[in-house]
Amino acid sequence: MTDASNAHADSHSPADEAGHFALRTYLIGFVVSVVLTAVPFWIVMHGVIDSRAVAMAVIVALAVAQILVHTVAFLHVNTRVQGGWTLVAYVFTAVLVLIIIAGSLWIIMHLNTNMMPGMPGGSMSQMP
Amino acid sequence: MVLGFAMIWYMWWLAALALAGLFVVAIGHTFNYRRDYFVSSDEVARAETDARARRMSDRADVAGAPPVFWQIEEAHGTSHAGGGTLLGFWIYLMSDALLFATLFATFGVLSSSFAGGPTPKELFDLGLVAINTSILLTSALTCGLAMISLQAGKLGAVRLWLAVTALLGIAFVAIELHEFADLFAEGATPQRSGYLSGFFTLVGTHGLHVTLGVVWIAVMLFQLGQRGLHDENRRRLLCLSMYWHFLDVVWIGVFTFVYLLGALR
Repeated sequence: MTDASNAHADSHSPADEAGHFALRTYLIGFVVSVVLTAVPFWIVMHGVIDSRAVAMAVIVALAVAQILVHTVAFLHVNTRVQGGWTLVAYVFTAVLVLIIIAGSLWIIMHLNTNMMPGMPGGSMSQMP
Repeated sequence: MVLGFAMIWYMWWLAALALAGLFVVAIGHTFNYRRDYFVSSDEVARAETDARARRMSDRADVAGAPPVFWQIEEAHGTSHAGGGTLLGFWIYLMSDALLFATLFATFGVLSSSFAGGPTPKELFDLGLVAINTSILLTSALTCGLAMISLQAGKLGAVRLWLAVTALLGIAFVAIELHEFADLFAEGATPQRSGYLSGFFTLVGTHGLHVTLGVVWIAVMLFQLGQRGLHDENRRRLLCLSMYWHFLDVVWIGVFTFVYLLGALR
């Protein structure tokens, strides 16, 4: 922790633009990432959780956690670096990514449902 | 232009050649270090004073007092000019994230369009994916160690850790190509089903990014040998590390949504 405060006091070092790199942060980030990677592989490869839905939810949650760990520990996104602009860009991008992925899946799922052949009202039912 | 022509007429060998040419020219350009020209604030003040003296020379009554300049920002020196580049590179990475988001969305939409072809459960060897994931994760750590050495100003250590990172990157790409070759041998080509098209586009794009990252590291190692920990090299190394860590973040999405959730399906 003292490393971080030292870096900030010396506001003219080039590293300040990219955040201060502390060995501790990297090592902690690495160990946590290894755990967050190993657990989902273990769950899937050994079938630890019986319910498929629960297993999927756990794996996705672990992935989100790991992405956040990487963002903080390796990419150094925080409120101080670049006056917080990297954080703003990151959050904005995260929102766009969610809209793109969730929106596409949502819309296409509805289309798929409506396009099922033989469904009343579906466009396929009017075909000869 | 050649690339566009070749792409329009499906001349793949020419397209590949033109693309490679583009990269070579771009990389060659990075060897030119004398691009930026900085006008120092002292120089501006001197020029302004001279100009004012010339204008005022016929009005002796006011010419005596020299003009006062207010410096809004403190002089940072050229090394500080990297801040804008880093933020700009970050914005590029975010736009790259949007590219991957569209590929993930496409993959998600096509994720059950097997067209009677193989399903992920039959296709993937999760052990291999686990090995690849650990390789990429380790390379993130070695890349971080390179940045810590950079901070300490240790050129030798920076080059060593970068070389290790590049080797891990090569191993990652090699294993991925091996996996792709196996899939092709089983007849699971991108043409087989919508699912496989989405899979190869998404995972292939990530692999291509890693390959380019390895090329970047190679160029960087060469330039470090030429110029040492020059200010510009320092800035480039910071961008390189962001790029590499970003690719690792994308890989988290790939192994989770493509491989693990695919195997659960």
